[in-house]
Amino acid sequence: MPQAYQVPTRRELLLGSTALAAAAFVPGRARAEGRDPRLLTIVLRGAVDGLAVVAPVGDPNWTKLRGDKALALDGATPALPLDGFFALNPAMPNLHRLYRAGQATIVHAVATPYRERSHFDGQDVLESGYAKPGAADSGWLNRAAVAIEPSERTDLRPRPGFAVGPIAPLVMRGPAPVLSWAPPRLPPVSDETTMRVLDLYRHTDPALARALEERIGLAAIARAGGIASEPGEDLPAVQIGGIEQVRKYYAEAAGAAAKFLAQAEGPRVGALALDGWDTHVNEGAVKGRLGNLLGALDGAIAGVETNMGEAWRETVVVIVTEFGRTARINGNDGTDHGTATIAMLLGGALQGGRVVADWPGLNESDLYEGRDLRPTTDLRAVLKGLLGDHLQVADRALATSVFPDSGAVRPMPGLLA
Amino acid sequence: MALDPKEAALALHRFGFGPRSGSIAAIAADPRGALLAELERPNAGQILNPDLPTSAAANRAVFEYNAERAANDKRERLRREAAPQVAVLNAGGDTAMEAKPDAPPPTAAQPEAVPLPRQLFRNEARARFDAAINAEIGLVERLVWFWSNHFCVNADATVMAGGYEREAIRPHVLGRFKDMLLAAEGHPAMLVYLNNEQSIGPDSVAGINRDRGLNENLAREILELHTLGVRTVYGQVDVTSFAKILTGWTILPPLTNPDHGGEFVFLRRAHEPGPQTVIGNAYADSGVEQGRAVLADLAQHPATAKHVATKLARHFMADDPPETLVDGLTQRFLDTDGDLKEVAAALISAPEAWAPEQTKIKRPGEWIVAMLRATGISGDIVRIIRGQALLGEPLWRPPAPKGFSDDNAAWLDGLGQRLDLANTFAQRVGPGLDPETVADAALGPLASAETRRAMAGAETKPQALTLLLMAPEFQRR
Repeated sequence: MPQAYQVPTRRELLLGSTALAAAAFVPGRARAEGRDPRLLTIVLRGAVDGLAVVAPVGDPNWTKLRGDKALALDGATPALPLDGFFALNPAMPNLHRLYRAGQATIVHAVATPYRERSHFDGQDVLESGYAKPGAADSGWLNRAAVAIEPSERTDLRPRPGFAVGPIAPLVMRGPAPVLSWAPPRLPPVSDETTMRVLDLYRHTDPALARALEERIGLAAIARAGGIASEPGEDLPAVQIGGIEQVRKYYAEAAGAAAKFLAQAEGPRVGALALDGWDTHVNEGAVKGRLGNLLGALDGAIAGVETNMGEAWRETVVVIVTEFGRTARINGNDGTDHGTATIAMLLGGALQGGRVVADWPGLNESDLYEGRDLRPTTDLRAVLKGLLGDHLQVADRALATSVFPDSGAVRPMPGLLA
Repeated sequence: MALDPKEAALALHRFGFGPRSGSIAAIAADPRGALLAELERPNAGQILNPDLPTSAAANRAVFEYNAERAANDKRERLRREAAPQVAVLNAGGDTAMEAKPDAPPPTAAQPEAVPLPRQLFRNEARARFDAAINAEIGLVERLVWFWSNHFCVNADATVMAGGYEREAIRPHVLGRFKDMLLAAEGHPAMLVYLNNEQSIGPDSVAGINRDRGLNENLAREILELHTLGVRTVYGQVDVTSFAKILTGWTILPPLTNPDHGGEFVFLRRAHEPGPQTVIGNAYADSGVEQGRAVLADLAQHPATAKHVATKLARHFMADDPPETLVDGLTQRFLDTDGDLKEVAAALISAPEAWAPEQTKIKRPGEWIVAMLRATGISGDIVRIIRGQALLGEPLWRPPAPKGFSDDNAAWLDGLGQRLDLANTFAQRVGPGLDPETVADAALGPLASAETRRAMAGAETKPQALTLLLMAPEFQRR
């Protein structure tokens, strides 16, 4: 591994660094020499409230907008400072550590080209890489794997992609072969799904509602009493999710992906999806549901770093979601479907430690359609920057097969170390 | 005729196994006519699969399989007992106990072959579920499931449960009740399940010589569960007499009958001699015909008609079905000498059967089939079997001879398990499906606005599918 080998960075290339004079004759080779990059994509389904993960504490309108729900640098549970303007949700100490070590980058006010507010369509655009929903049955990561430039050392083409789940997330589906791995036990039904079913029953079928309520009550008692909720092989067990189950599944799914990607002969690109981010009611950015989910995600991030081992240095993990949420809190202490949000990039291969944002502001007139954080960065620019610099996917492929008709969206430079 | 997609969807859920893609449109012109037409299909209700062995052949095969296994185990044990002295002699002191005999290393990670009885069970289950999943509507299969539960046996008692359903239930599902009754009570699976194979007339040759006696289990359950119904017109005297009549109805043991073991046999040596009286009717001792005569009379008894009609109406319509519906079905049963096709047609044609409220909760197996049909997936049989068991309705393993309950209350408790199962299923198949398309196919106009809204707001496709599968209008029929 090229510890002693000085690899010129894309950033230096773009800046025209003189150090590149010699390498410039064989730029592709030079960049590729000895590298063995890994890219793991994590899709957070349900639309993450980016403002509650990375809060613009330096924006004077921030506390006006969110009131006592706004993350702040003071108070009982202070947010973790990032760069003087943004602060990180306190549920994510691992991400904060990586950020300070230059191994995490936040992109804020970012969005896909999708401007409606349907989860399914939003996820379709996010994962397919097309500008419109329903355009393709394959994802940008898979098509990128097909388009990777062959080189002597960065030989990614013959390897399958990797996906967690009984069915690969769309982002990883496509012409390139995909190795799928599913945890032996699928995640139990989440509290969120249970509550939605219960809500439906309450509006339509009191008898079923009562039966389900009893069931939930039993589950809560079992949890409080420390009764194992792990079902036996044959015995049906009380199986209503709980954050511990979520934490376990997040860690298991992400940790397994890292183990596969770390292997010398293993896959080099992978994807998994984590559900549960649709926080319409009692969002709980710090102490409640969102805080818990972020804590689970933070634990999974630490697991990826550990399981990657030596390969962490050559790894980028990109964490994305279909869209953001309303800038204001709604009538149920939650947030509704919005537009711009954050993307989180982590890994030893990054030139991190910064928040990349063309901040749109939070004035009434700044908000998109008067309600959402306005998108100022196209997520495709971030992904194209990563795929180009990290995996050596050619610009032409990025603008055509990987993100069709995205020629006008320039790859974001300088993301990698 | 005007199209009635709502009644079509109701027909599919209430009388069939739920819609598949396109089912609602296919029968919307005449839902009731489509149901009646299903009763007229050639071979309706039959499974024509030459690979499935007869129940007797399955019985013999399992007998041989078990015998071979027992012999292998014994051979292995004898070999081990002969060998280990070496280790004990060679090792001294405290470590002697740890020394291992020179046995071959265990073969690691070699997937064990599925034992024959389980494989036979899976094959039968697959055939049963395929018939339900692939049926156009599924009325006849629903009737098969109903009657199989009415005349239930238990797979823990016999390896013949699957074959029994094909041999005793299916051939008569649109035939006469009397013929199904005769086929069921005379089937070796039933004789074993309800212990009649060892019931011996006290005054028969075998009874006197072997000092064994009567077992009235089968006779009682025939009267109480299969025909007249509990607390009707019979008493303990009738049970005892009927049990004596049924002595000698037994099964040929495979041990001594390599060609016909597992088949029914009437063993005169064990049959109680002499005439008997059952609910006022005298039956001369005509051997096996004595029992058949009783069954034939029971089949046309008004109490039987009422019992069967009530159960049918309860199964398809409501825990407390309308009296007019029960009366209508009872009358039809009596008028047609127990013609089950005519009774089914009467059910379909009754106005009470078309109440728009979906009140009955689908039984677990029905609901699983409905999920598979809605999503166009045939399903892995091991998962299906496990899922049905998890929901409290293990296939061919009823908790008692009464069969699985047909009351809503019995299945409400399992709602949490249904949610777990729906969630797991949706996570496996949901990412590749469009929930709205599935809802259109599976519920069509039955889908409530609330369900549509909940699905549209779901955060993932699998969550939307879970909501659909759990929706009241998909749980109930």
